[in-house]
Amino acid sequence: MNVLAEYMPLLPEVILFLGTLLLLMTGVFNEQQGAKVVWGLAMPVLGAAIFFLIKDWGVNAVLFNGSFVVDDFARLLKVMVLLGGIVTLYMSVTYLSESGLFKPEYTVLLLFSLLGMMMMLSANDLIAMYLGLEVQSLALYVVASFRRDSVRSSEAGMKYFVLGALSSGMLLYGCSMVYGFTGSINFEDIAKATITEGAPSVGMVIGLVFILAGLAFKISAVPFHMWTPDVYEGAPTPVTAFFAACPKIAAMGLLIRVIHSAFPEMQPQWNQIIIFISIASMLLGAFGAIGQTNIKRLMAYSSIGHMGFALVGVAAGNREGIEGVLVYLMIYLIMTVGAFACILAMRRNEEMVENIEDLRGLSQTNLPAAFMFAMLMFSLAGIPPLAGFFAKFYVFMAAVKADMFVLAVVGVLASVVGAFYYLRIIKIMFFDEPKEGINEMPSQLKIVLGLSGMFVLLYVVYPNPIIDSAKLAAKALLPTV
Amino acid sequence: MLTVLFFYLFAGLAVIAGFMVVAAKNPVHAVLFLILAFFNVAGLFLLLGAEFLALTLLIVYVGAVAVLFLFVVMMLDVDFAELKSGFLSYLPVGLLIGGILLAEIIMAAGAWVLNPALSKLENVNATPTNITNTEAFGRVLYSDHIYYFEAAGILLLIAMVGAIVLTLRQRDGVRRQDISAQVARSPEDSIEIKKVETGQGI
Repeated sequence: MNVLAEYMPLLPEVILFLGTLLLLMTGVFNEQQGAKVVWGLAMPVLGAAIFFLIKDWGVNAVLFNGSFVVDDFARLLKVMVLLGGIVTLYMSVTYLSESGLFKPEYTVLLLFSLLGMMMMLSANDLIAMYLGLEVQSLALYVVASFRRDSVRSSEAGMKYFVLGALSSGMLLYGCSMVYGFTGSINFEDIAKATITEGAPSVGMVIGLVFILAGLAFKISAVPFHMWTPDVYEGAPTPVTAFFAACPKIAAMGLLIRVIHSAFPEMQPQWNQIIIFISIASMLLGAFGAIGQTNIKRLMAYSSIGHMGFALVGVAAGNREGIEGVLVYLMIYLIMTVGAFACILAMRRNEEMVENIEDLRGLSQTNLPAAFMFAMLMFSLAGIPPLAGFFAKFYVFMAAVKADMFVLAVVGVLASVVGAFYYLRIIKIMFFDEPKEGINEMPSQLKIVLGLSGMFVLLYVVYPNPIIDSAKLAAKALLPTV
Repeated sequence: MLTVLFFYLFAGLAVIAGFMVVAAKNPVHAVLFLILAFFNVAGLFLLLGAEFLALTLLIVYVGAVAVLFLFVVMMLDVDFAELKSGFLSYLPVGLLIGGILLAEIIMAAGAWVLNPALSKLENVNATPTNITNTEAFGRVLYSDHIYYFEAAGILLLIAMVGAIVLTLRQRDGVRRQDISAQVARSPEDSIEIKKVETGQGI
């Protein structure tokens, strides 16, 4: 009984894992209704995992000889990732059943990927980190090419797989360097080894650079962003929504944990890297999106830019910066799922349309949807008093307080440039002549779009729950600073 | 003495087999030489006292990977003669690059100084006291490293599900063998006996 009690903090992962296995079996042995049953049962499984995560709030534990850590930082990000998973899964049903892709494996693979993200967020040594990353991405490679009859989708999966394997290679090379120079894989032991050594050795710096390169690929920060537009465009739209929401949050959480718990003494070294990829991502996200005509590609560039903004908070390197990043990620998650609810609703004559031009005159055919979408676009652009403005405000404030004025100024300029293409979508929706009507929105998408639009509008009234939870989580990661 | 003899036997055969993998004209022969090389390397591991590694190498590489190679080589009708056709014309450039690489390696290795602290380290022993290394693996694999082990298991499960999702196609109009139906057939179902009158036909 003692052993069981010790492993109780693992309960959410165990529930998700066993639930997924159960769903896999349900899908295999239920040929007619399998997809629908599995899809329906996935919600309670994810809900139970979230419930046990929230129930244990404040409990800290380190399990499996220090390779698995459970604290509020991991818990908050896990809740975000699982909520993102529930919402994207909920949204995908209409698209999948209309395009004949509604199979039980889709749900099962997404759940496995979420399990991998939870493992990433709790990873406390190099092997656990790598295994979590691989569990997460292997499932994603498969769902990226889920529409296997389409060349685009197969290409997306293939590209993602090859480049993902390359990034894993870089990550592993970095891990081997770090292990070689510190003699340990555990994050705390690595941190201790770097303290006693004085100035970090060249080998450690090389290892750090390679590990950061591998992680930057997962959050698609420039210069490791090349795959993003193609994969976003080629993958089935619900999968793209999932890509934009969940894996980025998990990888960002892992990145923060790695630099703060394994390399706290090497802040001058990683700070340069983070500042560079942050500025490059913000600029590329802003300028790359201008010429796009496909809305999924546009969202890819938008997500690259948003990861750049979030990295501003990481670069600040203090607790305030981490709070900013966490708030940013929460707001980003909600805005992204809302925007994708709208993209998923872009169907004409029972077919998906993906060009921005297809939104012409949406305000005349479906005013509520156009209004909510416009609010989300304003929010993504960072216009006050919507939620997206506050997200940017917190990270820039943290950067200013850490005396990183250049970073903050570049960030503000990049968000001004970025506002152009968000506003262009609004202009197309409200001021252009309408095309033939877009199909009626399915009710799930209406609900998701409505909720996220309401959040974006009303965040200014009552932001406390989000800010407080981010504060608690940041405190769990950096108790002393 | 015997160990040294066997070391040179295994090592020499491994090198020769490795060369033949590249040099063999027939791709099937190349794969067979690859298997020979694996066997000899396994022998080297045995000499070092790492019997677990030796057997794993045989099971994984010879049992699975090399057989897979054989299938691929036989099923993909690759024209190796055509692949090798440009060999001579590229030879000078290849030799030049190879020579530069060799010179670089010699220069790098020549300047190499081992950390003096290394000589003071205790000899690492492949066989800890009194237990075989298979047993040593077994003691930690399911206790200390259970998390990694389970995570790797999840990874393999995902790989399996993914491979099936991406490749399994259910086509209509395929006549599959249904063994139970075949076994359950009785003469009464399939044979009809008719009396045919002479000169009448059916």
